[in-house]
Amino acid sequence: MANEVVDHGRRRFLTATTAVVGGIGIVSAAVPFIKSWEPSARAKAAGAPVTQSLKKIESGQQLIVGWRSLPVFIVNRTPAQLAALPQQAPRLVDPKSDGSSAAQQPKYAQNETRSIKPEWLVMVGICTHLGCVPNYVGEMKPEPFDPNWQGGYYCPCHHSRYDMAGRVYQGVPAPKNMEIPPYNFIDDTTIQIGVDPKGAA
Amino acid sequence: MANVFTSIGDWVNERAPNLAPTYRKHMTEYYAPKNFNLWYYFGSLALVVLINQIVTGIFLTMNYNPSAAGAFDSVQYIMRDVEWGWLIRYMHSTGASLFFVVVFLHMFRGIMYGSYKKPRELVWLLGMLIFLVLMAEAFMGYVLPWGNMSFWGAKVIVSLFGTIPVIGGTLVEWIMGDFLPADATLNRFFALHVIALPIVLLLLVVLHLAALHEVGSNNPDGVEIKKGPKGNRWDALKPTDGIPFHPYYTVKDLVGVGFFLLIAAFIIFFAPTFGGWFLEHDNSIMANNLVTPAEIKPVWYFTPFYAIVRMIPSFAGTAVWGVLAMFGAIAVLFLLPWFDRGQVKSIRYRGTGYKVALGVFVIAFLGLGSVGAGITAEVIPEWFGNVDLTTWENAFGRLMTLLYFGFFAFLWAYTHFGWEKTKPVPDRVTMHD
Repeated sequence: MANEVVDHGRRRFLTATTAVVGGIGIVSAAVPFIKSWEPSARAKAAGAPVTQSLKKIESGQQLIVGWRSLPVFIVNRTPAQLAALPQQAPRLVDPKSDGSSAAQQPKYAQNETRSIKPEWLVMVGICTHLGCVPNYVGEMKPEPFDPNWQGGYYCPCHHSRYDMAGRVYQGVPAPKNMEIPPYNFIDDTTIQIGVDPKGAA
Repeated sequence: MANVFTSIGDWVNERAPNLAPTYRKHMTEYYAPKNFNLWYYFGSLALVVLINQIVTGIFLTMNYNPSAAGAFDSVQYIMRDVEWGWLIRYMHSTGASLFFVVVFLHMFRGIMYGSYKKPRELVWLLGMLIFLVLMAEAFMGYVLPWGNMSFWGAKVIVSLFGTIPVIGGTLVEWIMGDFLPADATLNRFFALHVIALPIVLLLLVVLHLAALHEVGSNNPDGVEIKKGPKGNRWDALKPTDGIPFHPYYTVKDLVGVGFFLLIAAFIIFFAPTFGGWFLEHDNSIMANNLVTPAEIKPVWYFTPFYAIVRMIPSFAGTAVWGVLAMFGAIAVLFLLPWFDRGQVKSIRYRGTGYKVALGVFVIAFLGLGSVGAGITAEVIPEWFGNVDLTTWENAFGRLMTLLYFGFFAFLWAYTHFGWEKTKPVPDRVTMHD
């Protein structure tokens, strides 16, 4: 049965087709292994809305609650802190949150205070740089990192700074304003994080 | 008795006739230049530390519990309740830091004596791959105790991939297997740390040595002993300036190992945390996803690279630039053999410009390290009073970043345009006793 003449074209074709079919097999077999690294059904299910009473948060105070394993900052901003917000605009990356940060808040919070009610800031406390939790530095006094500090957030990881509406200052590593989650007021003193207000979405 | 050994030897030889020649090729008949100095200890020391990490690591897995709920407690259990557990863990954690000490010195030796140059580019590339795997290995090992620094370190490092436009967010979730570092993350990091990466690391070490033994070792004079005179006490055809690796350099390396183990033992017994440099205080607090430690900084060996991330501001709505620069800082090291077009290998015969540039490179590396480790944040207010810390720190850190990359740019221009005035290189190594 031995062929006297080697058919090189046929041999190349067989080598190539075997390699292609085998390659497809290897890639297909890799899919389940790669997909196994995605968040599991259990991890995905752990994202229910959170309800929080605001009664005990004094003016100028911050409360951190967990939502989808993320820290959510709830701040009762003082009139002084609110008054300082418009003055920060020239030093911010995106003061109106309509440029690079356009997707960082729901439409109903795309305003100067980045909130539904001016005094109540509700924000995912994750730095937009590499995901640390910035520190709340609410007092309006000169700080080592900024002599004109008007209150805001200071990230311990890479020293990014945000104002009292979570808007990022220029010249720091973080690119965007911090994220505002979907939330709504169930009544005057209770909010629900994770659900848009009725009719807004 | 002698007969029994001989017959066993014969029995093996008959069935595996290449075993003895392979041993001779890499040990008793591997002729290394006879002028190795102190800098040549760090390769064998890296091997010693690697063995230490594997052995202590195996024993740590026997009591460690890779789950978000149990990891932190199991590490405390190893430290307090397991007989000699504290010693095994401190050997492992101190070994990790000393690994980087010897590898940094080993790499500096290679740069200083031009060991990355033709024909040893492959040795250098394999060595850089080892360095890369080592960094991944160190990072994942750092996450395993599941202290608060572990958690936030994992968060920050994994988030580096999140800065990649479009796919970043999905990629981060894929790496973590959750929306935050969690049980899934810890489990897969454990699998990678104890089995996947060590296998790769061992393979790369074998290839690194095999590639080295193909071309032969460089030496402090940067001359090729294979091109020098032939004939020595053991072989008429082998280089005159070479001596058998075994027993000459194995015995020399044993002296180095002795000194090294003395220093390592001192650290393990008297200063295992090394003042917060080898093991950080904040990692004695359990992982908490709602509180970032007030002073978050990586372990010392990552600080120069971490500083580069911090120094580069976001631009055009993305923070990817700092991350690119950090990976770039490692990529330029990979490409060192091609940046440096100079023919002279050793610093002993290179131009003044090279010597100054290498000195500046070392200063830049240490300067970046001090920014990343938070030393500048402490020192600047102390020395200069009430100044704007961010501005000063950024100015210093950015200058150091510039100098770090500047070294490679300068090296290329310096050698490509023929500005370097080298000294004559001797024909043979300069030590003949």
